[in-house]
Amino acid sequence: MRALASMLLFVLVLVAFEAALSLAPWHEGAMAAAGAPAVEATAAQPGAPKLTVADYPRYRGFNSRLTVWIAAQLHLFFAAFVLGVPIFVLVIEFIGWRNGDPRYDRMAHEFIKISMGAFSLTATSGGILVFALAVFYPGLFAYLTRIFGPVMMLYALLFLAETACLYAYYYGWDSMQGRRKPGHLLLGLALNVVGTLLMGLSNSWATFMMAPSGVDSQGVFAGNVWVAVAGPLWTPLNVHRFLANIAYGGAIVGAYAAYKFIAARASEAKAHYDWMGHTANGIAVVAMLPLPFAGYWMTKEIYAYSQQMGITLMGGVFAWLFIIQAVLIGTIFLAANFYLWCGMARLDGANRTAHLVKYIAGVLVICFLVWFTPHTLVMTARELATIGGAYHPVLGPLGVMSAKNTAVNIMILATFFTYQLFRRSMVHSTRPWMARASRFQVALYVAAVANIIWLGVYGYFVPANIRIGLSVPQVMTTLLVIIVCIVVDEVIASRSKRIGAVHWGRMPARAQYALFTLAVAFTWLMGLMGYIRSSIRQHWHVYTVMRDGSVDAFTPTIGHATAIVSVCTLLFLALILFVFWLSGLSRAREAPAGLAEAGATP
Amino acid sequence: MRVSQTIRLLLVVAVAYAIVELGIPAIGALMKPGTWPVVPVHLVRLYLFFIVIVILLYAAADEERWSRVRGDFRFFFGAPGARIARTATIVAISLAGGYGAYDAVRPRFETPPELRAVHPAPPSSFSIGGKMYDLLTLDNPLRADKQNFAGDVKAGAAIFFKQCFFCHGDKLDGRGLYADAFHPPPANFRDIGTIAQLQESYLFWRIATGGPGLPREGGPWMSSMPVWHRFLSETEIWQVILFLYDFTGHAPRAREP
Ligand code: HEC
Ligand code: HEM
Repeated sequence: MRALASMLLFVLVLVAFEAALSLAPWHEGAMAAAGAPAVEATAAQPGAPKLTVADYPRYRGFNSRLTVWIAAQLHLFFAAFVLGVPIFVLVIEFIGWRNGDPRYDRMAHEFIKISMGAFSLTATSGGILVFALAVFYPGLFAYLTRIFGPVMMLYALLFLAETACLYAYYYGWDSMQGRRKPGHLLLGLALNVVGTLLMGLSNSWATFMMAPSGVDSQGVFAGNVWVAVAGPLWTPLNVHRFLANIAYGGAIVGAYAAYKFIAARASEAKAHYDWMGHTANGIAVVAMLPLPFAGYWMTKEIYAYSQQMGITLMGGVFAWLFIIQAVLIGTIFLAANFYLWCGMARLDGANRTAHLVKYIAGVLVICFLVWFTPHTLVMTARELATIGGAYHPVLGPLGVMSAKNTAVNIMILATFFTYQLFRRSMVHSTRPWMARASRFQVALYVAAVANIIWLGVYGYFVPANIRIGLSVPQVMTTLLVIIVCIVVDEVIASRSKRIGAVHWGRMPARAQYALFTLAVAFTWLMGLMGYIRSSIRQHWHVYTVMRDGSVDAFTPTIGHATAIVSVCTLLFLALILFVFWLSGLSRAREAPAGLAEAGATP
Repeated sequence: MRVSQTIRLLLVVAVAYAIVELGIPAIGALMKPGTWPVVPVHLVRLYLFFIVIVILLYAAADEERWSRVRGDFRFFFGAPGARIARTATIVAISLAGGYGAYDAVRPRFETPPELRAVHPAPPSSFSIGGKMYDLLTLDNPLRADKQNFAGDVKAGAAIFFKQCFFCHGDKLDGRGLYADAFHPPPANFRDIGTIAQLQESYLFWRIATGGPGLPREGGPWMSSMPVWHRFLSETEIWQVILFLYDFTGHAPRAREP
């Protein structure tokens, strides 16, 4: 208790600091200041301004780059969370409405409540980011607003719309039940559409800085904003972030459920939060499954845009960070799987399948080792001599993308298989066709794994640009298995009798730490990847068009960068803990009101 | 007799370790006779760390299994009958830790390992004797010339066997006469990890500017690859590039549409 109190105190100080900053007059106006007069001064130059050190204001006690970096990262964390949650909240609400089970509705409401708490922090951090950018990087800010001015205005409008939708959706939850539910669902849909548009617009600024389009080599803007928005990296980044945000939202609310589970005394509350944690973990896993594919697609587009950028990303100094990325992604997979394994304890019928866990663990570990075997091995001169060159005959082939894709697809299948075991343990197949269907599923798995491995091996015999394309059939195989298995399972489940109930709440506390791990690893991963993405521009503000003339136009060392990412992660986690605590407060206050718990958090 | 849960798990760790330390080099020795391709220690540590983590997770995932493992530990560290085994284990662990510490600090003459980016990012352009080459658009001008293709490859082969094979080997496998003397070692062009995944413009840059042309991340050791633009003409460099791809059967990485 003492520890929690001191932690909260720490978080409070931080938030007070942030709030003080956000009270400044520019907070509300900053977004709208996009086309402000200050900008006009540089507009006289036709192309991108050529900046020198003198063009960057410096303030004692502030490192410009660090300030913008941390502000941007915190804003991205919150924004990703706030955009991701409503997507699955809407889905859960919809399911609850269709099957008439009020527990779904309650869970969806509780999820959105957490994201409400985070919403104001999203706005605050966004304000800080815009302010920091305008103050520390006025030249870049002016250039970007010159091109994206109209888009930024639209962004501000959409932000207002997002706020309106979110508040209406959240506060209207209890009054729009029953016959008015469809209206509420439509409201949720509007919220998500606006949110996704919002994300797309802000992504365009980031992708423009990496792969500028709509301007010539001197940075002269041709006048069409849409061309500048829809640059070569825009769509891949949108897709990857859209999916990652859902997974991220799931991971964070999973941590919330875990926190509540551990704190809960009553077995009823434990059961509720156990179910919530299970759902959140499921959301994170399902949204994560297509991510590797989206990630490689983005990388491919980066490569296609500029070989230099691609090599910097995958082969150069950042290769080390990709090892960390691989380890983090592996951690996510392991944590999610561990949680699923522990979840078998909730079932009476699970003993039939529990012995399979060790094989799943074995497959996971092999795939994981392949997944993080680096492309460039670190070795001593003696090792170099015994190996007979920098190229390792066994590990070398594991370093390239064919092997990684193969490993990750099998890892996904293994994870899904665990999930499927859990669901299948609940039903007892009685008819012969069901046994046949199960055998068909096993055959499907075997065929899929064989196909994935075959495609992976085949990849070594074709040129690099075709090899990357092979990841498409691999992913399609995986998705096919998942979809077919879900359909078959649904059919079987609907026609057979359930054996034993699911004992929600019968879950060891240590499994909850897997959910925490998931949230921390996701946050860290996001910070790291965002850093990598923006720093492969190297000394450019806008790649090949506008140079960074500031004293910070160098790539920081890996140690420094990861330290900053860790600071951002800690800051975010402290703030989100505060949000959890806040939503707990309102709940305690309104406890007697039962289901009517609206009107709580800001 | 039923072997206890913990011992079984420890055995799995031991087998995994044996595979990493002996199995992988053995396979490697079959693929590349005359070498013993050990797994670099850094990677061994990483591998083992995750293997142990997964095994622990597996042990903890089931209530019954977990309590059996904990029971084993309680027995081992508490039961009077296990005294000798306990003391022996503790002594062994302490000695191993001590040796590890000694091994880490004792002076040695090996160059410390460092991550060298084998393929550092090329500049977007570079110039030789006042002529600018834009690597984003540069292509091999000889590749389009189908008529003289065979002649160009032949000329490239002549250059290779006059200039390059001392280091890169007469089979282009990086095992030339001098290969053992250099650190980093000469590139093996037959690997799919070298020229097969590079565009020709990248090779042009590397051959023209050599080891000294590498950016800092290509360090920390000086590559012995000579600066060939001092000895070869532009056409000759393109010819030898044609030969490298032709001989190994690799295709250069195509420029993406
Ligand atoms: C004195 C020894 C030596 C000679 C002679 C030599 N090289 Fe190299 N070369 C190296 C070394 C060492 C490397 C690997 C280190 C590096 O990347 O610089 C290398 C790397 C290369 C690479 C880069 C391969 C990659 O995957 O990045 C190319 C291409 C290359 N050499 C071509 C040639 C050609 C063509 C010739 C003859 C004209 C030649 N080399 C002659 C030592 C040599
Ligand atoms: C299971 C696999 C993966 C997971 C769970 C994952 C997760 C994430 C997450 C959470 C983000 C942050 C998204 C955001 O800012 O909204 C991210 C961004 C990113 N990912 Fe992945 N990713 C995966 C695979 C990959 C792969 C294979 C690559 C490329 C090789 C990749 C490249 C990137 C890049 C460059 C970014 C930065 C985008 C940004 O600016 O935020 N990802 N990833």
